[in-house]
Amino acid sequence: MNKKTIKILVPAGALGMPFDKNALINGIKQKPDLIAIDGGSTDSGPYYLGSGKSKYSYSATKKDWSILMNMRSKAKVPLLIGTAGTCGTKSSVEWMLKITNEIAKENKEKLKIVTLKTDLSKEFLLKKFKSGKIKPLEGAPKINEDIINNCSNIVALAGAEQIQKAINSKADIIIAGRSTDTAIISALPIYHGLNVASAWHGAKIAECGALATNNPNSGVILLEFDKNGFTITPMCKKTKATPQTVFAHMLYENVDPYILLEPGGYLDVTNAKYIKHKQNSVRVEGSKWYNKKPYTLKIEGARLVGFQTISIVLIRDPKYIESIDKWIGKLKNSFYRKIKKSILVDVQLELRKIGKDATLGNLEPISINNNEVAVMAIFTANSQEKANDSAKLLNPDLLHLPLKKNEPMPTFSFPFSPPEIDKGPLFEFCFHHVIEIDNPKNIFNLEFHTT
Amino acid sequence: MKTLSKITKNIRSKNAGPFWVTVDLFFKDNNSFFYACENISNEKVSNILKIKKNQLKRFEIENLKVIKFSFPRKNIQGSRLDRDMHGASFAILFEQLLL
Repeated sequence: MNKKTIKILVPAGALGMPFDKNALINGIKQKPDLIAIDGGSTDSGPYYLGSGKSKYSYSATKKDWSILMNMRSKAKVPLLIGTAGTCGTKSSVEWMLKITNEIAKENKEKLKIVTLKTDLSKEFLLKKFKSGKIKPLEGAPKINEDIINNCSNIVALAGAEQIQKAINSKADIIIAGRSTDTAIISALPIYHGLNVASAWHGAKIAECGALATNNPNSGVILLEFDKNGFTITPMCKKTKATPQTVFAHMLYENVDPYILLEPGGYLDVTNAKYIKHKQNSVRVEGSKWYNKKPYTLKIEGARLVGFQTISIVLIRDPKYIESIDKWIGKLKNSFYRKIKKSILVDVQLELRKIGKDATLGNLEPISINNNEVAVMAIFTANSQEKANDSAKLLNPDLLHLPLKKNEPMPTFSFPFSPPEIDKGPLFEFCFHHVIEIDNPKNIFNLEFHTT
Repeated sequence: MKTLSKITKNIRSKNAGPFWVTVDLFFKDNNSFFYACENISNEKVSNILKIKKNQLKRFEIENLKVIKFSFPRKNIQGSRLDRDMHGASFAILFEQLLL
């Protein structure tokens, strides 16, 4: 039966981010219908999607997740995580399932768990590509069949329809692969026939937990959805949501502060009204939702583009700091001369000047000579061995290369032995695209587990 | 001549997905906001970012006293030539912008 209001408790912006435990206990007292938390995004870079690994450690994730599992037992409502294990690939869903099973075993809990994997096969994607069903979003890179074939992982971002199916399985715990940050929250109120635009809008406001309040680190917030709008209430006693803090969250990590593209349509908050409600809450109404046909899901993929080794040398001699660009030019020349006609010929070297312009590169407007500069040499090759061999080849120059031929041999400071550090694989994001889907409800399969 | 940091409460920059960066300028009061709306041209901003003017998106949000700029990244987040995974330091370029 459809409910007139749905309450969703969001413990933090993502699993691994701080939250106030007392606030969580307060939240449980409000009798939420669902506890929903995000497990990641592309925010931390391509390595996680490329490797299918989590940003946070097993032990830290287990510690936080076990607090949420205990709260779920008290509340007797489903606990849902989206984009499990930072990147939301099948490997990270399995990782999260392992953690969940381990905690359940320790607590001697009998639980029903459902997993939703949102990986897409290369075959499926190639078929979509050939039939023109992959569409670029603004600012998308060019793609081709090779790029699709070279991806180590490709996922689609689940929308409300797919999350609803998982919630409907009546599991105690739902572990979803890559999902939009918002779908894990909007799915339930939409399923109950409540205001669709407000479901997405509330979900966007809550996707970073208490970031939409005056005390972001308190984490926990409660969303209440109904036919006309939503109300956001922070669960930490000293924390306030104000019309300003709530509206301002529409700016965060969004290219456009008024429009949000989601699976199956888009949200427009241009005419939304944010009104102070009771002491610490904000009531929001007036946003609009527009369905879009055909139904699309956003996709993400990362491909291996090389392996890297880095070396760092510290320069303290003022003569060399003054002429750092000239010195770096000499280093480069020496390197490319050495690798010419060798098997290292296609290795790429980049030299960044830490203490000068390593952050902004050619956008840096300030030119000051500091008392020291670190030169970070980054070697990128098609194997780790080649990247490391290249770094070793430049080692004598990093240590001793003189500016002038006739000066006494200089020596620079290596902070480590060896100065080369293998950084491992380099991945690159390759899609900013959506795929057209014929049957949104049946695109992914659910898997059922019991502890 | 004064820098933009003198009339703002906060300036933050952040990646908006792997292909875009967005910068939010929070102004101290209405006067500063309206002054900035008139005096920060898209030319000026695209010059400090070394991008084409038509790549820049601009939003003036009076209710929040915020001007927001979004633009595509020159190097995809985390790719070989990217220097700033979260686009954190673009904010500094705006803080030092001369009005």
